[in-house]
Amino acid sequence: MVKEEQELANRPDNTAFTQQRLPAWQPMLSAGIVIPGFVLIGLAFIGIGVALFVTSRSIQVLEFDYTGVDQNSPCFKCSDPKVLNCVCNLNFSIDSLFKGTVFFYYGLSNYYQNFRKYGVSKDDVQLSGDLTNFKTPSDTCSPYAYDSNNQPIVPCGSIANSMFNDAFKLYQIINGTNTLVPFDGKGIAWWTDYNIKYRNPSITPLKNAFNNTVKPIFWSKPAYELDTSDPANNGFINQNFLVWMRRAALPNFRKLYGRINEGDYAQGLPAGNYSLEIAYNYPVLSFDGRKKVVFSNVSWMGGKNEFLGIAYLVIGSMCVFMSIVMLIVYAKFKFPEEDGVPGH
Amino acid sequence: MLRRRLNRLLGGDERRVDSRTIYVGHRSSSTTEAFIPPKFCDNRIVSSKYTVWNFLPKNLFEQFRRIANFYFLIIFLVQVIVDTPTSPVTSGLPLFFVITVTAIKQGYEDWLRHKADNEVNKYPVTVLEQGRKIRKESEKIKVGDVVEVEEDETFPCDLILLQSSRDDDTCFVTTASLDGESNHKTHYTVPDTEKDLESLNATIECEQPQPDLYKFVGRMHIYKNEQEPAVRSLGPENLLLKGATLKNTQKICGVAVYTGMETKMALNYQGKSQKRSAVEKSINAFLLVYLCILVSKALVCTTLKYVWQSKPGQDEPWYNEKTQREKDTNLYLKMFTDFLSFMVLFNFIIPVSMYVTVEMQKFLGSFFITWDKDFFDPEIKEGALVNTSDLNEELGQVEYVFTDKTGTLTQNNMEFIECCIDGFQYKYRDANSELDGFCVTDGPVNKVQEKAGREREELFLRALCLCHTVQVKESTKQSQGDGLIDQVDGFGVDGEVPRPPQEQRGFIASSPDEVALVKGAMRYGFTFLGLESKTMKILTRNNDVEMYELLHVLNFDPVRRRMSVIVRSKSGDTLLFCKGADSSIFPRVRQEEVERIRMNVERNATEGYRTLCVAYKYLSAEEYAQADAGLREARLALQDREEQLITIYNQVETGMSLIGATAVEDRLQEEAAETMEALQGAGIKVWVLTGDKMETAKSTCYACRLFQRNTELLELTVRTLDDGGRRREERLHELLLEYHKKAVQDAPPVKAGVTRTWSSATQDYGFIIDGATLSMVLNSSSESNSSRYKNLFLQICQNCASVLCCRMAPLQKAQIVKMVKNSKGSPITLSIGDGANDVSMILEAHVGIGIKGKEGRQAVRNSDYAIPKLKHLKKLLLAHGHLYYVRIAHLVQYFFYKNLCFILPQFLYQFFCGYSQQPLYDAAYLTMYNICFTSMPILAYSLLEQHICMEVLLDNSTLYREIAKNAMLRWGPFLYWTLLGVFHGLLFFFGVRYLFSNPALQDNGQVFGNWSYGTIVFTVLVFTVTLKLALDTRHWTWINHFVIWGSLAFYMFFSFFWGGIIWPFLKQQRLYFVFANMLSSVSAWLVIILLILLSLLPEILLVVFRKPRGPHARQIAAVTPLSYKHLKERE
Repeated sequence: MVKEEQELANRPDNTAFTQQRLPAWQPMLSAGIVIPGFVLIGLAFIGIGVALFVTSRSIQVLEFDYTGVDQNSPCFKCSDPKVLNCVCNLNFSIDSLFKGTVFFYYGLSNYYQNFRKYGVSKDDVQLSGDLTNFKTPSDTCSPYAYDSNNQPIVPCGSIANSMFNDAFKLYQIINGTNTLVPFDGKGIAWWTDYNIKYRNPSITPLKNAFNNTVKPIFWSKPAYELDTSDPANNGFINQNFLVWMRRAALPNFRKLYGRINEGDYAQGLPAGNYSLEIAYNYPVLSFDGRKKVVFSNVSWMGGKNEFLGIAYLVIGSMCVFMSIVMLIVYAKFKFPEEDGVPGH
Repeated sequence: MLRRRLNRLLGGDERRVDSRTIYVGHRSSSTTEAFIPPKFCDNRIVSSKYTVWNFLPKNLFEQFRRIANFYFLIIFLVQVIVDTPTSPVTSGLPLFFVITVTAIKQGYEDWLRHKADNEVNKYPVTVLEQGRKIRKESEKIKVGDVVEVEEDETFPCDLILLQSSRDDDTCFVTTASLDGESNHKTHYTVPDTEKDLESLNATIECEQPQPDLYKFVGRMHIYKNEQEPAVRSLGPENLLLKGATLKNTQKICGVAVYTGMETKMALNYQGKSQKRSAVEKSINAFLLVYLCILVSKALVCTTLKYVWQSKPGQDEPWYNEKTQREKDTNLYLKMFTDFLSFMVLFNFIIPVSMYVTVEMQKFLGSFFITWDKDFFDPEIKEGALVNTSDLNEELGQVEYVFTDKTGTLTQNNMEFIECCIDGFQYKYRDANSELDGFCVTDGPVNKVQEKAGREREELFLRALCLCHTVQVKESTKQSQGDGLIDQVDGFGVDGEVPRPPQEQRGFIASSPDEVALVKGAMRYGFTFLGLESKTMKILTRNNDVEMYELLHVLNFDPVRRRMSVIVRSKSGDTLLFCKGADSSIFPRVRQEEVERIRMNVERNATEGYRTLCVAYKYLSAEEYAQADAGLREARLALQDREEQLITIYNQVETGMSLIGATAVEDRLQEEAAETMEALQGAGIKVWVLTGDKMETAKSTCYACRLFQRNTELLELTVRTLDDGGRRREERLHELLLEYHKKAVQDAPPVKAGVTRTWSSATQDYGFIIDGATLSMVLNSSSESNSSRYKNLFLQICQNCASVLCCRMAPLQKAQIVKMVKNSKGSPITLSIGDGANDVSMILEAHVGIGIKGKEGRQAVRNSDYAIPKLKHLKKLLLAHGHLYYVRIAHLVQYFFYKNLCFILPQFLYQFFCGYSQQPLYDAAYLTMYNICFTSMPILAYSLLEQHICMEVLLDNSTLYREIAKNAMLRWGPFLYWTLLGVFHGLLFFFGVRYLFSNPALQDNGQVFGNWSYGTIVFTVLVFTVTLKLALDTRHWTWINHFVIWGSLAFYMFFSFFWGGIIWPFLKQQRLYFVFANMLSSVSAWLVIILLILLSLLPEILLVVFRKPRGPHARQIAAVTPLSYKHLKERE
């Protein structure tokens, strides 16, 4: 229908907004801005790149594959799944001081912690210490929610069930005697995981909370016995457990096992011969996986990673290079609007 | 008047054989027949679509009929039914949001309609029942009720006028709310009905309801005790339409014939056909491409999954055992579920929010047209009107403009210029006529130079005074009185009869030509005083009042192009006066008279005046009796009434003698020439489609600079066809070939369409065709010729700068538009017109523009946009249209781009997670990405962007060519954006992938997990797509700043908030402190900065290297930043 009653009031408002005349800044990208900009960005990137590259280079890394595929490998004897409670020793030597706090990682390859079904197979409520979910774990934990006797599994789910259970002990061999190099198992998990997200039920002793539940099928001991020596590292807040529960992003990953920061080794691992005693339990060969251990120190940028430094260097030089090219192009052709600075 | 024919054409010619019988006052016609009241619908108007009960199902049904909504519903259902990677909430929430918002909007609109309906339906009316007046609600009126209506009330239903309080059995109505015509129309009571309605016993037989407002046939049988029933014919002049308003009449009584939804108004109320813009078609095409990408991604992933799983140990490693149910599931069913899961995982590539954003952009954007004060016309106190916001961007794509001449190019403000009587030219020198309209001292005798003899002159002037349908406006007494006092002295000299103040005398007519003629006659001393009870009074030069009895009016129609009146003078002579177009008058008068006049008429026409010829004849008593009988009979006919009438008209209007001709000037619209020049500069071809004669139209074209002095005119009219003395068909064939050779084959190849009218070296052609020739071209005798001629014709036209089509019937206008619309390359057409005769072409073209002119509101009502003046078209197209197009094109491309680089990393992640449909991003991010994080900046951009400021766009019409042919939404730009999206997606994913080759990214040696990975990618993504838009923004208002930086800030805030709390009721706390931890890592910061910059650098380089170097570089580069000071200076 026609709107008949159009009145003077219908006169459009004369405001900057309705007339599309809002004051506006109209930036123009021109050579005058872009060339210096590129030079600046390029130089900054090269600077950062050099810093990153140097830092990354200064990080020491020691890596050993101990899966035992190779016959000469010290752990070859353990790679047969039929051998139980197998222990193997990995001997190595360090030429010079391994500076600073040394971080000890274990690494897995071709291991898909990022499978979707695997990833959802846990019960966050149960892990936050809620006893009702001890009796009835979430469906997502299936097929690791109940055992064959229909007893609830705590902690339930695939992730918890498949917790990495190789154990490591490091000895320095001084004059033929093995001196234990202690691993500090604290501070390896996220602070928030340890303090807030994961909680043990507030029942003492902890064991009682687990009445009428069973341990995960793959585990050799129940959750309340993960670290009997330290109640603050036991149960769901065992830091190795927490590290495992934070799923890796990619199928080749490493996880922190411990730090070497105590006693004589607080300044790093001195040069010498070492022996790593490995309790070989975790099967990976069935899916063609690999296991390794990594000694590394870290810097402000984290662990060793050359990618970032190189990327910064490359991009920085590209920027500088492009600005030179642009300068040549513009100098040669002398465009009339070359100044490009708007506003006059 | 034209609209009568038009409405018939539009309304469809189907004859309704059925008729309905109505018993006036529910009294049965005869006592013997049993009275069965026939069933008719009640008088309720229902324009609302929903009721409270059916709103939900009906609205939902209608919303899900949209293909996009349906698609999202399916995805949602798949998520609910199948075990999919993302929760149903991720797609359900946006869908729910969209559906709810739309439902609320539609519900509100419907509520308004309900309110309006109720207002109409509950309006109290007076019904006469058994002699008593009863107040009723309007909706309770039944067919056959006798309804009383008072002055200034609107009619509650369609009524047959039975009784009027006026003495002359007439009443006046305005149909302003129906067709916008504010003049008073006269309606007549049915003749010979009894004054006492109480005792009236009559039935009405009339056709079933039909939508044509100007057509009605019926018959009334009046029964008087035992006599043979008297039969009276009923026509549109007896019918009072619902929605019209009673004026100048105290009260009337009428019987309801059509009620409720069967009234003509309700039948005319219909939703307009949906026009879809070219942009929308592009969107759908792109959507299809993305759908293909989506399906192929899902297929690739599904295939690879099963290939990968076939390797031993991969399918079910010991740490990830399957549940019993999974093991039992059929392999093919598993494959299918996997496929669906991948579809769900990647479905965000087709964003539900794009539709919402596009709709919002269109809806909100259209306000800028209504708000534009440049479109405000102080005369009519109105601005532009937007009837549909779907076509905003189409305004930037127009290639052909079809314009009406009268009222569009010209003002339709007629001024009597001169006349010619018996070949003698009488020029009216109106030096001071503007002041008081009439130079009393000059004396009327001096004005007419008595060249042709007094008798002929007076006959001519009488003819002008009598042959019309003009009414005298009954202005309020006071103002008339004032006028009288002012003027009385001046007139007193003249004679005993005080002359009424001439120029203040208001005339109302459906066509301004008629008013101009009556006023013209007035200047020469013959004043039309009015029509009272079939008597026309005129005041002659000698101040005598002459009375003529008006016997018949032979109405004007665009086919006959003439009208006549039959009057009887005091002396008893019966006279027929006829006026009309020369082509329709000349064959009907004595040929020896023609030559004297023809010269004058043609001269006037070339000067751009509208000419009419006037003829008369005496009717003998027998002749009149015959004509009278014929007319009466034809008017009573229920079937083919119009055809019968026209036959009689043609019989009567023969053997007349020509008296003279008139010339009326129709001034050009303000800035018509500038506007046309700008349109042509913008590469738009302008076609003038007019019903006027060629010479007049041609001169208008020259005046509008559509034809330049050096334009070579190619003429294809009846006149050129008759040259050479051969058969028309042959000549047509010959001419078409000749012109085709000239304009098409010999024309230099057009260089990219840009340089065409820039270089003056190329010859411009103008093409002229008339209605008769056009119908020959279109409906050639042989089939093969027809299509061939049509092709030739189109090719010629497309190579001409402008085309003039004259002598067009309304339907032919639409035919031409349709022909061009469907020609090769399907160019975007725009029709602009102001009258009812333009409605057909307005509806036919891609964009229809109505001018709020003098010829009623029909064009405005049927248009997509309405503007007060032609000059506004320039800004509407060049500034608004251009900007809208650029905005929406960018919006669409950007939307596809940002969703491609959103989903691509998720796709790539499948290669690293064993094709297990693991989402890369958290569900909250998946849901919020399109709704919150990236939607507002693009919406603000698409509303506010002015990549070139309005003044520059208006000054350089050639800029319009840069976006012609959907330039920003062709496959080229689409490919560019898609590649950009792919590049960004790859960069985001692999950049972070290489960073994660050592996931120990914190300085305390701790490692990051998969959610940190996704969050880093997502952060890079949000920043990059937002900054990409910032790079593209050329017009930064505070709103842009606010929205762009606000969105980024909101993202940061949300991420902290989302990860900062252990959410109750959520099963998974997977994002707990992920974002904060990410920010505590220097490496994460560095990689984010690196990836953002790396993504944007190529863009920056491209912008610099692609700096405009064409001929318009300076104009574009000259866009200076608007400072606020700058602004103020301008105003």
